[in-house]
Amino acid sequence: MSKIIEGLKYSETHEWVKIEDGIAIIGVTDFAQKEMGDITYVDMPAEEDEVNAGEEFGALESVKASSDLISPVSGEVCEVNAELEDSPELINSDPYANWIIKVKISDESELDALMDAAAYAAQIGE
Amino acid sequence: MKYYDKLIFELSKEGRCGYSLPDAWKGVELDLPEQLSRKSPAGLPEVSECEVVRHYTNLSQMNFGVDSGFYPLGSCTMKYNPKINEEIAAMPAFCSLHPLQPESSVQGALEVYWNMEKALSAITGMAAFSFNPCAGAHGELSGLMTMRRYHELRGDSARTKVIVPDSAHGTNPASAAVCGLEVVVVKSRPDGLVDVEDLKPLLGNDIAGIMMTNPNTLGLFEKEIKEIAALVHGCGGLLYYDGANMNPLLGVVRPGDMGFDIMHLNLHKTFSTPHGGGGPGSGPIGVAARLADCLPRPRVIREADGRFRIESEKDSSAGRVSAFMGNFGIILRAYSYILSLGRRNLLLAGKLATLNANYIKEELRDCYKLPIDSICKHEFVFDGLIDDGSRKDADGNETRPGATTLDVAKRLLDYGYHAPTIYFPLLFHQSIMIEPTETESKESIDAFIAVMKKIAAEAAEDPMLLKSAPHNTPVSRPDETTAARQPILRWEATQA
Amino acid sequence: MAAFSYFPHTPEDIRVMLDRIGVASLDALYADVPAEYVHDGNFELPEPKSEQEIREFFAALASKNLPLKIFAGAGACDHYSPSVAQYLCSRSEFSTAYTPYQAEISQGTLRYIFEFQSLICSLSGMDVANASMYDGPTAAAEAMFMALASTKKKTRFLLSETLLPNVREVVATYAHYHGVELGYIAHCGGQTSLDALKAELEKDDVAGVLLPSVNRFGIVEDFSGFAEAIHGQKALAVAYCDPSALAVVRTPGEWDFDIAVGDGQTLGIPLCFGGPYVGFMACRKDYVRKMPGRIVGQTLDHDGRRCFVLTLQAREQHIRREKATSNICSNQSLMALYVTIYLSLMGPEGMKEVNRLSSAGAHYLHDRLLESGLFEEVFDKPFLKEFVLRSKVPAARLQQVLLDAGFFAALETEEGLVSFCVTEKHGKEEIDALVNSLKEAEL
Repeated sequence: MSKIIEGLKYSETHEWVKIEDGIAIIGVTDFAQKEMGDITYVDMPAEEDEVNAGEEFGALESVKASSDLISPVSGEVCEVNAELEDSPELINSDPYANWIIKVKISDESELDALMDAAAYAAQIGE
Repeated sequence: MKYYDKLIFELSKEGRCGYSLPDAWKGVELDLPEQLSRKSPAGLPEVSECEVVRHYTNLSQMNFGVDSGFYPLGSCTMKYNPKINEEIAAMPAFCSLHPLQPESSVQGALEVYWNMEKALSAITGMAAFSFNPCAGAHGELSGLMTMRRYHELRGDSARTKVIVPDSAHGTNPASAAVCGLEVVVVKSRPDGLVDVEDLKPLLGNDIAGIMMTNPNTLGLFEKEIKEIAALVHGCGGLLYYDGANMNPLLGVVRPGDMGFDIMHLNLHKTFSTPHGGGGPGSGPIGVAARLADCLPRPRVIREADGRFRIESEKDSSAGRVSAFMGNFGIILRAYSYILSLGRRNLLLAGKLATLNANYIKEELRDCYKLPIDSICKHEFVFDGLIDDGSRKDADGNETRPGATTLDVAKRLLDYGYHAPTIYFPLLFHQSIMIEPTETESKESIDAFIAVMKKIAAEAAEDPMLLKSAPHNTPVSRPDETTAARQPILRWEATQA
Repeated sequence: MAAFSYFPHTPEDIRVMLDRIGVASLDALYADVPAEYVHDGNFELPEPKSEQEIREFFAALASKNLPLKIFAGAGACDHYSPSVAQYLCSRSEFSTAYTPYQAEISQGTLRYIFEFQSLICSLSGMDVANASMYDGPTAAAEAMFMALASTKKKTRFLLSETLLPNVREVVATYAHYHGVELGYIAHCGGQTSLDALKAELEKDDVAGVLLPSVNRFGIVEDFSGFAEAIHGQKALAVAYCDPSALAVVRTPGEWDFDIAVGDGQTLGIPLCFGGPYVGFMACRKDYVRKMPGRIVGQTLDHDGRRCFVLTLQAREQHIRREKATSNICSNQSLMALYVTIYLSLMGPEGMKEVNRLSSAGAHYLHDRLLESGLFEEVFDKPFLKEFVLRSKVPAARLQQVLLDAGFFAALETEEGLVSFCVTEKHGKEEIDALVNSLKEAEL
């Protein structure tokens, strides 16, 4: 069973979003980290980069795989989790505590297209 | 094989030397302004000649090559590398030639290019070849450039997409991307062949062409190639043939006859030149007559008087793709192979490779899952073990993990074999891709089959035996995760 | 059927195997191939040659080449090739192995690649290097893609006009199809112009700049102020280097450049009519994830022993497919071994000595040619083994006279300019013979 947290929004591509004061905090789900296995590198955008909903903003890498990170929202990256640069394994240990980027949302209506915990649980069959 | 732990830097001692240079120009110092001079000396080792020889001999003894044993690596065609070819490539009259020497002084070398072009044209049914690409992926890229140049010259500039089957080698989409083409994926059907119905809606005037491997990466011949060729040509696109799997067609089928317009060959696969631990290879590209002017330059041509010349530039050419005219030393070896083979033996090369592959498949299908049951060509794919040894309790929870494809591969190393290609193609989760080539005897194949059966039995009995393998190699399984998380990519004095 | 030494199958083997498969003949294995595509067997190829015939055939071909003393460079120099390098590269455990995917039985290959990477880092003054590229020009083209990938939104790449023509042409080919706009920087007296570079950089769309460390005129370029100007526009500085010269000239690292590429041929690899050689690429560690090609890393095995593996593979084509940093797969591994052995034999002193000997010979030839009255000085700039003079005689005539005397020299670099290259293989007597052949020709 993968851990799913109530109150977060989820994308079909296994990213979670938490909204705090117009800022979207974005990470990947427990399901995603389990699928990847040992994460060896997190490719992240730079601060002030623009990201677009549905488009790739980085990638997770393991020894033998790479998986694109897809932004659930559009906006400007206001912070990246620098701790992941040297310790990508933090995502394996707790994918919800270790967010990847924070985005200043440009269009709040995009959030409506995301799933709640129950819908996401259904998507991954749990 | 025995474990040997030194790096050349760790043998270094100040004041030793391994070189022997003429005692000349005494008293003449290097005259270079300080501003342009290196500030700190290069960190090169100081070792004697004997130490160098022993060090690399020791390193070689931790390696496995085709000369060491059976190497059933799928899609890589690890056939025997004849030794006469090495002798020919080492001839001073060839290896002392400067690439820019006047044509009159290199007629023998130019004739090698010319004769090789004729030989490869005869074997593949293509009209003309360029030998400038240095490897298969380089050939793909150069071939796609040639394709784009052809469309460009016709003013057909909207063709920016290339179709690639989902079973394709990873280099196909990567080469297309480097060439500035957008990749469109066509699906395979359950029988492993390109889904013609899925292909049809993709075709249009934005399609530059399709890249195909035939037989494909499952070792299956794309029977509907005639219809595919007609469809792609019908929309104005070209057919690219990935020659990585050319071996089973040697002496039987020519890509040119199947309607392919552009192809590459891997001389280090099909034409027996050694792989060198990952190169140097050679990836010549062949084209149909109407594309010959688009091939990369420089290129060898023959004048009416029989003299050979290098055509350096041509406006219609795709351009220059490498430093000179490719890996000449590899081309020489392949030419020597073709001459040894001759017409008579060429007729058997592909067939014997196919015979060996089908024989292994039939012998092992009771132990390994065969996802597609049909006659294969030079290689075939299993999808893991039939009984992987896993156990589950009444609730369906796993109490004993089963052996995976990786575990089978590692166990094979214990028995003195190189592993097959694993986890490719991506169509299956536990792919094991086996390619024996025509140079393996029935006895060597029977021995391999016996070991594969033994490993299957071991997996059913005790999967941990496989999971902890290899046990008999110089090193055991490396920690690849740490290697990627905290990369150490060069030697530093502090780590000694 | 006559037996053939590369095929082990006896007629009996074939029959037993066909029976096991359940087909009647070898041809039946191709029953799925439409009959119209099955060839009739009349390939236009000669019948098989025996090994002795092969030897004779190639000896005859070889006799059509003229043995010449090489005094030309332009990207391929006739340096001395140590006996040990070829000897060790011929070991079949190295030469007949595949790419080291199975680390447990490939520690030999993995270790020498790790050594190669370390040596290239030392020579270039960079942090990391890959396992090799096809050749220098394609390495330069890949560096262009790296610069573009590392500087988002920038679309242009600059090349110095002092780069070798084949480097510029290959980069231009790759750029054309990938959709990269190129700009060219003029030279001033044989040295890339900093002012011209600054003017090009003003447009703020430049991802990177490719500059030769030793250029096509043989001149050792002075990059004072270059890195500052390039970094000031957030572009990457890429050096195209002769790795042999890097033992004595200021390194890309010391010039504060970001990427170094070049061709390893000058590290004792035989000329071999243009290949196989070996490209190399090294960079600052910030850019390692954008680097193409294979990379070997050090780690520990399950039992705690030091071992080596292919690493950072998630950049590569077999995982990333169309999103990979490059399509490169096979590189020139065995030539990387050659270079590794060469550098191990030479050591720091041997590399300095090779440069001293080559440079001494080149300066001697330079002065004798000027004394002959047939040439004029063009650039008065520091050079090592290669230099350019203006010829008072048409270059083609000059080259023919030299050819008749057994020399390949006086390569025309542009209208009226000819280049010469001298290595440690050429002593004073040979150089005098070359100059005398010109004097005697009554040009």
